[in-house]
Amino acid sequence: MGKIIIKRLLQTLPTLLVVVTITFFLTRMLPGDPAVAILGIEAEPEDIEAMRAEMNLDKSLPEQYVLYLDGLLHGDFGYSYSYRQEVLSLIISRIPNTLSLTMVALLFAFFIGTAVGIVAALKQNTAIDYIFMVLALIGVSMPIFWLALMLVLQLSVNMSLLPVMGMGDWSKGVGDVVSHMILPAFCLATIPMATFARTTRSSMIDIMGSDYIRCLKARGIRRVKVIMIHALKNALPPLITVLGLQIAGTFTGAIITEGIFSWPGMGTMINTGINNRDYALIQGTVLFSAIMFVFCNMLVDVAYALLNPKVKLEKG
Amino acid sequence: MTMKFRKKKAAAVSEDLLGRDAAIAMLSKERKANNAWHKLARNKTAIIGLIIVCLMFLLAILAPLIAPYDPNEINPILPFKGIGFPGHLLGTDDLGRDILSRIIYGARVSLIVAVGATLVGACAGVLIGLCAGYCGGIIDAVLMRIMDGMFSFPFILLAMILITVLGNGVLNVIFAIGIASVPGFARVTRGQVLIVKEEEYCNACRVVGVSSLRLLFCHILPNCVSQIIVYATLRVASAIISEASLSFLGLGIALPTASWGSILRVGRDCLTTAPHVAGVPGLFILVTVVGFNLLGDGIRDVLDPKMKQ
Repeated sequence: MGKIIIKRLLQTLPTLLVVVTITFFLTRMLPGDPAVAILGIEAEPEDIEAMRAEMNLDKSLPEQYVLYLDGLLHGDFGYSYSYRQEVLSLIISRIPNTLSLTMVALLFAFFIGTAVGIVAALKQNTAIDYIFMVLALIGVSMPIFWLALMLVLQLSVNMSLLPVMGMGDWSKGVGDVVSHMILPAFCLATIPMATFARTTRSSMIDIMGSDYIRCLKARGIRRVKVIMIHALKNALPPLITVLGLQIAGTFTGAIITEGIFSWPGMGTMINTGINNRDYALIQGTVLFSAIMFVFCNMLVDVAYALLNPKVKLEKG
Repeated sequence: MTMKFRKKKAAAVSEDLLGRDAAIAMLSKERKANNAWHKLARNKTAIIGLIIVCLMFLLAILAPLIAPYDPNEINPILPFKGIGFPGHLLGTDDLGRDILSRIIYGARVSLIVAVGATLVGACAGVLIGLCAGYCGGIIDAVLMRIMDGMFSFPFILLAMILITVLGNGVLNVIFAIGIASVPGFARVTRGQVLIVKEEEYCNACRVVGVSSLRLLFCHILPNCVSQIIVYATLRVASAIISEASLSFLGLGIALPTASWGSILRVGRDCLTTAPHVAGVPGLFILVTVVGFNLLGDGIRDVLDPKMKQ
C-alpha cells in the first residue's frame, strides 16, 4: 500500500506544476500595479520602484517564475501586503476554520444523504421515495447563496433563533460555536446531501435486486443486517467517488458562504486578495486549495481501492 | 447481423399475418418507439424540464414584448414596494425599478451567459478531448495533466480570477465560465473517444484508408455526441448558478444590467426591509436549474440507458 501511495503522490506532481504555472501567469495578468495598490496612488515614484524591486516585479516574467518556484520549494509562499503577514502562516491560521466548516458540512451531508438514499431505495416508487427525490432534485439545483440569505432572514432575523455573523467564541462555550456553525454548514451541506441521496438510492436499488441479496434473504438473515452490512458495504464505492468530487464543490461553496456569514476562513481571505490585487495571497490560497483537492482525490482513490477489491490501483 | 436478420424475419412474418399496410404501420410504430425523441416524450420528468426550459427561453426571447417596464427605469417615489403592488406585480427594488421587468430581462442575460459559456467550454473541451483520446501517448499525457491542473482549481475561483483579469461584461463572464468548464468536457470526450476508437467500424475505416481527421470528425465524434449533449445540458444548469454566484459577488454582470445574480445582490443589501427583492430572482434561478437538471437527466436516460435506474 505504501508503494501505491508513493506512486500516486508522484503522479500528482505534474498536476501540481500545472496548477502553479496557471496560478502564476493568471495573477501576473491581473490589471493594475500591485506596488501602487500597496503604497497608494499618492506614493512617490521612487518608493513604488523600490517596492516593485522588493516584489521582484522589475525582473522579466520567466525570472519571476523561476524565483517563485524556488521560493515554493523552500516553503516560501510569499508575503501578503493586505494582511501584513507571511502567506503560509496566514493560511495555517485560517485553514482550520474553513476545514472545520467544510468537514462538518460534508459529514452531515454524507450521513443524512446516505440515510435518505437508503430509505428512498427501500421504498422505491412510493410517496416517500418521490418526496425524497423531489427534495434531492431541489437540493442539487439550489443556489446556496440564495438559500443562505433566506435562512438568515427566517431563522436569524425573523425568529432570532441562530446568530448570523462570525464563528462564535470558544470561551463562551461549545454551544456558541455550534450555533454559529449551523446555518453556514447546513447551506454548504445542501448540494452534497442531495447528491449523496441520489447516488445512494441508485446504488442501493441496483444492489438490492442482485442475486446475493436474494440469497441472504432466503437464508433468513435479518433485513436490517442485509441492508446495513451486506448491501451498504457494496453501495459505498460509488459514494466514495462522489465524496471526492464533492470536496471541491464544498470548498467552492465555502468561498461564497464564508462571505455571507463573515466566517473567518480561506474564502474571505481569497476575496480580500483578489480585491487588493495581493499576488502572493491569491497565488498562495489558490495553490493551497488546489493541493488540498489533489491530495483529497488521492485519498479517495486509495479508499476506493480499499473498499472495492475489484479495483487495482496499480493499473490506475 | 443477427439482429437485422431477426427484424427482417419478424417483418416478413408480420406481413404474412397482417398484410402489408398493417405490417408497415407496426414497423413504423416500433421505429417511433425506439426513436430518441419519442423516448424523451414518454419521460414525464424530462417533459416537465423541457417545458420549464422552453418557458424560460420564451421569457428571454420575448422580453421586450412582455416586460411591463424598462428594466433600468428608476422611479424614486416607489422604492421597496412589495409583491402585488398595483402596477408592479413583483414589487420594486431600492431604486423603484420594476422587479418583474428586471427578472424578465435578467433571464435573457443569465441564459445567454449559461448557454454561451457551455458552448465555449464544449468547443474547446471537445477538441482537447478528441486530440487526447485519439492521439494517446505523450499528447494525451500532456493535455490531460493540464486539464487535471485546471480541474484542481475550485471552479468559482478560476472564474473569479479570469473575470478580474478580463473585467466585467457579458462576453468576459461567458469566456470565464466557459474556460472553467473546459476540463469537464475534455474528460467526458476523451473517455468516449477511447471506447469508440476501438470499435470495429473505426478499424474498418483505417483499413480502407480514411484519413485521421475524417475518421475523428465524421465517425468518432458523432458517436460521442450523445454523452457530450447530456453533459452539456447539465453544465448549462451549473453555468446559471455560476453566473449568479459571480454576479452576487460583484464579479459577474455589472449593474445596472439586469441578471438574476445582480438582482439578488441588490436584494442582499435590503434583505430585512424588502426580502422579495432577493427572494424572487432566487426562485427563478432555482426553477430554471431544476428544469435543466430534469431535462439533462431525461436525455441521459434516453441516450444512455445503462445509467437509467
